Amino acid sequence: MKQEIKLPEIADNVVSGFLARILVKVGDVIEKDQSIIEIETDKAATDIPAPFGGKIVDIKVHAGDEIRVGQTILIVEGVKDVKVPEQNATVRDGVPAFAGMTTLLPASPPQLLSSSAPHLSSAFVPASPSVRRFARDLGLDINRIKGTGPGGRISDDDVKAHAREVIQSPKSTQFAGYAEVPDFSKWGPVDYQPMSRIRTITAESTVNSWQTIPQVVQFEKADITELEKFRLMSKAVVEKAGGKLTMTAILLKLSAMALRQFPKFNASVDMKNKQIVFKNYINIGIAVDTEQGLLVPVVQDVDKKSLTELSVELNGIAGRARNRKLTSEEMQGGNFTISNLGGIGGTSFTPIVYPNQVAILGVSKSAIEPVYLDGEFVPRTLLPLSLSYDHRLIDGADGARFLVWMCKVLEQPFLTWL
Amino acid sequence: MEQHQVVIIGAGPGGYRAAFMAADLGMQVTLIDPQANPGGVCLYRGCIPTKALLHLAKVKEEAMRAGEWGLTFQEPKIDREKVKNWKESVVERLTGGLGQLTKTRKINYIQGWARFVDPTTLGIEKIEKNDKIEKTGQSDLNDHNNHNNHNLQLKFEHLIIATGAVPVKLPFIKEFTDRIMNAEIALELKSIPKRLLVLGGGYIGMESATIYKALGSEVSLVEVTPTIMPTMDPELVGIYLRQNKELFAEAWFETKVTALEESEGKVVVTLERVNREDVKDVKDVKKEFDAVLVSVGMRPNTEGLDLEKAGIEVDERGFIKADEQGRTNVKNIFAIGDVSGGMLLAHKASYQGRIAAEVIAGQKSAFDARAIPAVVYTDPEIAVAGLSEQECKEKNISFRIVKFPWAASGRAVAMGEPVGLTKLIIEEGTERILGAGIVGKNAGDLISEAVLGIEMAARASDMALSIHPHPTVSETLMEAAELYYGHPVHIAPPKRRPI
Repeated sequence: MKQEIKLPEIADNVVSGFLARILVKVGDVIEKDQSIIEIETDKAATDIPAPFGGKIVDIKVHAGDEIRVGQTILIVEGVKDVKVPEQNATVRDGVPAFAGMTTLLPASPPQLLSSSAPHLSSAFVPASPSVRRFARDLGLDINRIKGTGPGGRISDDDVKAHAREVIQSPKSTQFAGYAEVPDFSKWGPVDYQPMSRIRTITAESTVNSWQTIPQVVQFEKADITELEKFRLMSKAVVEKAGGKLTMTAILLKLSAMALRQFPKFNASVDMKNKQIVFKNYINIGIAVDTEQGLLVPVVQDVDKKSLTELSVELNGIAGRARNRKLTSEEMQGGNFTISNLGGIGGTSFTPIVYPNQVAILGVSKSAIEPVYLDGEFVPRTLLPLSLSYDHRLIDGADGARFLVWMCKVLEQPFLTWL
Repeated sequence: MEQHQVVIIGAGPGGYRAAFMAADLGMQVTLIDPQANPGGVCLYRGCIPTKALLHLAKVKEEAMRAGEWGLTFQEPKIDREKVKNWKESVVERLTGGLGQLTKTRKINYIQGWARFVDPTTLGIEKIEKNDKIEKTGQSDLNDHNNHNNHNLQLKFEHLIIATGAVPVKLPFIKEFTDRIMNAEIALELKSIPKRLLVLGGGYIGMESATIYKALGSEVSLVEVTPTIMPTMDPELVGIYLRQNKELFAEAWFETKVTALEESEGKVVVTLERVNREDVKDVKDVKKEFDAVLVSVGMRPNTEGLDLEKAGIEVDERGFIKADEQGRTNVKNIFAIGDVSGGMLLAHKASYQGRIAAEVIAGQKSAFDARAIPAVVYTDPEIAVAGLSEQECKEKNISFRIVKFPWAASGRAVAMGEPVGLTKLIIEEGTERILGAGIVGKNAGDLISEAVLGIEMAARASDMALSIHPHPTVSETLMEAAELYYGHPVHIAPPKRRPI
């Protein structure tokens, strides 16, 4: 008996993914739950397990393909009366306006927004010359626009509606208006490498943020001399629990407190409905540098976890990010982000606020500096912090207050107990 | 050296359209052509003079046929010199008008031949006096080869190559003469040969044959394929042929000419059957004619442009490679119209000229036409637009063809033109009109409605529900569309298809 293995649902709102690797070959005998392919969705790479065992007689996909949920991956022979779970192959229309925005990354590749509405015609797109020209002027691909007229005919209004959809979606890859780059080979030998999925998403996401969020960066140095003593003292306790007491873990804990103190920093701006979304939970993203590129796993309910718990969780999350084992859920729903480059170096930098968040904390390398205290210079350990924030919601005074509060708490952690 | 913003080489329908558009978009334009006025082959030696002469042929044909309906004329007298003058007056009037429009737009018109010196420089042999044209002869004007006495150099920012195409010479033809003519020489009407052989049954050959037949020549045809107009819809061509059984005194299909000898005012032609090993009936057959018209195809007019000095790439047939915006591999150089290949049609060139000008002005335009109409101005005319039946099959489109015969059109019968056909290709499901073909009087004018329909993504019901004036042959389009839904007016409805 031959049986098809189809791509199962990977996560909510994920309708397709890019096939990174095929882990089996024709002729292989596979077991149930054995990994068969590796799928890259937004920023997560996921292994897809076989729902049943058997001998592979055909592989219907190629590395690099975009595969939709419900699409056949393999044909397997010698399957013994296995009941195949009914795969939900329905493609969902887009994503709700906010679902994809609470995370850095879109839950589904952008072209799916419209490819879920294919044209009825197998000939050319039903749009008049003036409408085609209008779409071209806006940098939109007419083939991706859904027509609402008779026979699927596309009107000016359909083009405008599509443009709005593209602009509002954080994944504006549809704009074909990228400038041509010069032919660099004129000046010397060059190599060409396709952009990876993660690179592309990072590029699009940062451009989106840069263009939509007016960002201000506030700098401050926190005196962590006392905190460092405490950290080194308490290290062993945390290590016993299986974690590592890092500055990132401490900043995670303190940021949660700051977000409680300053709720505006735990909000999102909804320009479409002219409203501000205040969140009553505190989820914080941590930027992790991996071989594949930047990943941002999100720690949930930070305020409800102890420093030890957070240290353990961070350890696990960072490891999974580096091994590409993060699920897309683990990267969604962040309200605020911490990017700690201190381990690498630098005196300060200006991080970019994630789309649909309002602030990000950048951390640079701490250093011992002379500080004038009580009439003399004394050596103190100072930690440079940069806070980038969305000026649409947060004014300069708010930003300064937030960062000053953070620094005070870093200097005297016991303040938070008062 | 003078720096020019937009320079266009060749002032045919593509070149002058590009020049006018660029000027209207506020750019400084320089237009270079050997003729005194814009127009190119189309106006000087192609479309326009051909249509003037074809109009005469049609008038004569209709007058002769009126005898059947009770209006008898005497055999017409043909004053070749007067016909020629009239044709030339038409050309002069139209090209003069274009010259006027060029001046009004403040376009810098340089009469001369241009060639590339490097990717941003042109060398130009400027014609200072008009009498030079008389010496070189009209049909030699396109040949850039003998014109490299540069008396002018200029630098350009953007350039559009619109030099068109020239007739293909066969290997055994050294040069075209008054007896061994190409279509351009044939239009000069230097004589009306008693016996004319047309070599090549494409649309130029067929139109030329129609003209000379009307002027009194006995016309024969040699065609290498099994039919005339091999790229046209065979059904439409078949209907044309049924009405033109007597056009040719003799016609040889699947036959080629292997030699042409001109002697003592005659041309001796050697014929040989091709692709037919079994049939040896035509081999080394010699036939004598008073003149031969060679219309075996066109090649891009790039000789003498020194494209390689600008680094411009051409395809295997010599046409300049250009993208949908008209851009060549050299970013600031565009190629439009016949010289860039595709369908060699003036209206396509004109559209491309407009697009190229817009692109140079920074717009995002591109050539994305869905229906390029093609018309053969024979009697009756044949016109097509959009996808053909063959193309629909290749694209796996589910379609149905509906045909309305002109015998059921009141106007066609009243004009004594009951042999005609209007057909539409309609996509099943969406009911969109994807293609159209018409054979009949003024088919070329009728096809435009279908072009608009295809471009607008009209459904058959849109055409069926638009009121067409009665009595006109345009109603045949509406009736064909009605036929798709099974309720035409003037023919019996088709049997219901099982659902």
